[in-house]
Amino acid sequence: MTEPLLDIRDLRVPLPPGADRPLAVDGLDLTLEKGEILCIVGETGSGKSLSAFATMGLLPPNLPKPTGEIRFEGRDLLRLSPAERRRLTGRRLAMVFQEPIAVLNPVYRVGEQVAEVFRLHTDMKDAQIRRRVIELFGEVRLPDPEQIVRAYPHQLSGGQCQRVMIATALALDPALLIADEPTTALDVTTQARILKLMLDLRRTHDTGILFITHDFGVVAEIADRVGVMRHGRLVEIGTAEEVLTRPKADYTRELLDAVPRLEPRERRTDFGDVALSARNVSKTFRTRTLFGKLRETRAVDRVDLSISRGETVGLVGESGSGKSTLAQCVIRLERPDEGALSIAGSDFTDLEGATLRTARQRVQIVFQDPYAALDPRQSAGDAVAEGPIIHGVSRRDARARARDLLAAVGLDASAAERFPHEFSGGQRQRICIARALAVEPDLLIADESVSALDVSVQAQILDLLASMQKRLRFGMLFITHDLRVASRICDRITVMRGGRIIEEGPPAELFANPREAYTRELLAAVPGREGHLYTDPARNEST
Amino acid sequence: MSRPSVPVLLAALFLAAVVLVALIGNVFTPFATTDQDLLNRLARPAFLGGPAEYPLGTDRIGRDMVARLVEGLRMSLSVALAGTLIGAVFGTLIGFVAAHFRGLVEEGLMMLVDFQASLPFILIALTLLAFFGNSLTLFILLMGLFGWETYARLARGVVLSATSQPYAKAVVALGAHPMRLYLRHVLPNVASALIVQLTLTFPQIILLETSLSFLGLGIQPPLTSLGQILGDGRDYLSTAWWISVWPGTLIFVITLSMSILGDALRDRLDPMLKQRTT
Repeated sequence: MTEPLLDIRDLRVPLPPGADRPLAVDGLDLTLEKGEILCIVGETGSGKSLSAFATMGLLPPNLPKPTGEIRFEGRDLLRLSPAERRRLTGRRLAMVFQEPIAVLNPVYRVGEQVAEVFRLHTDMKDAQIRRRVIELFGEVRLPDPEQIVRAYPHQLSGGQCQRVMIATALALDPALLIADEPTTALDVTTQARILKLMLDLRRTHDTGILFITHDFGVVAEIADRVGVMRHGRLVEIGTAEEVLTRPKADYTRELLDAVPRLEPRERRTDFGDVALSARNVSKTFRTRTLFGKLRETRAVDRVDLSISRGETVGLVGESGSGKSTLAQCVIRLERPDEGALSIAGSDFTDLEGATLRTARQRVQIVFQDPYAALDPRQSAGDAVAEGPIIHGVSRRDARARARDLLAAVGLDASAAERFPHEFSGGQRQRICIARALAVEPDLLIADESVSALDVSVQAQILDLLASMQKRLRFGMLFITHDLRVASRICDRITVMRGGRIIEEGPPAELFANPREAYTRELLAAVPGREGHLYTDPARNEST
Repeated sequence: MSRPSVPVLLAALFLAAVVLVALIGNVFTPFATTDQDLLNRLARPAFLGGPAEYPLGTDRIGRDMVARLVEGLRMSLSVALAGTLIGAVFGTLIGFVAAHFRGLVEEGLMMLVDFQASLPFILIALTLLAFFGNSLTLFILLMGLFGWETYARLARGVVLSATSQPYAKAVVALGAHPMRLYLRHVLPNVASALIVQLTLTFPQIILLETSLSFLGLGIQPPLTSLGQILGDGRDYLSTAWWISVWPGTLIFVITLSMSILGDALRDRLDPMLKQRTT
């Protein structure tokens, strides 16, 4: 048997003293063959990205040196001199990062940035390089390559930027491509296209791909083999079929079980009065360019929406579809240009000043990023008590209510005194939910509230939202880009595109008979849709 | 947290000593600031063979330098402190107002800031003093006018970025009055940037007070300040250098220490720098 393309043996990446564990990666062993796609799956802090960085020689300089061996084409990558490393990087091994827009330099044309790889590693002439770049752009399916080489990064979409990055990585036909969550920041339809592109590249170039992701749906789409990491150790590794359908480790089983499926929620009908009624709501943004030209973007375009108490309505769409602007209008952080909003039967559209501030307790929001949504200098208890205090509850009663709510969202008694940085992402999101519910709103907006969380935590937060809704009977507007998450919690799903709601219905009907082509496209793009992932036998009884 | 370096420690110690001297300095000398001893005019410091009762010498009408320096230090420090605080509060307020109202209010205020920033302050100071005459109150207010534009600019920027954070939006969505948002959530989160700016303007104001007093436009006798003593010694530099060298040295070391401390504080508090160093 020939030597594998990449052979990682007993890799250890130490963390600086004072971190939560001594080793970020603790004795990792794995191999990757030519033309193989190996997916490394794990939750935040599992060490999967640091393993990739160690292979690329991109570990942050404040970390101590890694130990072990990373053999690639007969050489140990950990013992290369910086000069040897430079000759290898970009030529024989290349990397694609998560945030394509942040990785491209905004002041250079994208064609230039791809051309740089050729200038560094080959002595090709400028005209030759130009032709090759255009070829590459064609190969990664960028539309109109001749035009796009002259574009600046901000003129391209996220998906197009990621294609440019992939083109850069593939420029010199590397033997190994490392992709670190390359589709996480992208819309589902774009993600589906990038995944297909990866599969094509593997077929045509026989590249070995180390694909890092947290999404088992993505794994099911492209992996030949899967490694599951936790706390810096490899918990399980095997063929995709084995790991996804007959997982050996308990942890893998837990992870797989938490993966949201495209399974419509059971139909519920016991809804109360109307919590939100929005009629004909529109919002246009006007921006003036440097030369005074007026540019109009119609972010929300004549939207009608109604939600009853106890009901959850999903708002699904890709980035730029206007779903967050609609939420900002409903909660009156933005003022709609037209249309009427009423919350629990009373008007909310034209309120101003003190009346608006009083009315605000009827609708609350939970944001996406739990790290930025809490004042870093306010304790959890104070954050939750703040709403009631603003609305005239005495300090003592508010503190008592805060303690009750923190317990209700599953945090222990000491939580009230602690500050946001002492909590994990999931725990912070629990505090945000408690803060929103403390003023007893009629409507709760969850704006991508679980998309920044690990799958296992995601499932817990969804369960929490559902159980709190059962208890407090608020209506919920659940905004997400992930149809799987929406299907799990929503009674009704609305699909938004270009500022308009184009389709609406209960998940079961929507999934079975989508009317709009766009809805069908969204459904088709859901990763892992056809894969048969392992399911816990007890799962159906528990929900 | 790393331990402070030696220069920072020295600067802190020196400033503490200076404040202590300003507070209780009178115990070092039996003389009052205005006590004259015409037989001992321009006496050398005691360690250079002068009379033993004047350790740092006397000035042109025989006043004890120790008593003068303590009084001058007290005045210079309080003027600078009052000036810095007035400027900080006023400028920060302007910055918050601009960030809150946006639009025309913001543009007008920021234009005022640019206007102030493009005029040499000493020119403004001389003009105002020439028109309104000199009084201690006016002089302190004038010091307060120095540097407000840097606070206004800084405050506007940090407030705009803080209010766009989700936590600020969540507070608004809870129904909080804007005052609650600014005082309870935004101010504590932007205070570090403003405090650092405070330590940077303080030495500048000391220098400004010194220059104006040196020119005879600042603190007027019988009150005294370090700058005024320095100006007094101007005519005697060749015969009685100590009259200007003592206050000059004090001013130099105080401003230097303050700048060192300010830099250290910025390294510690400024999140932008923190990200770059870790």
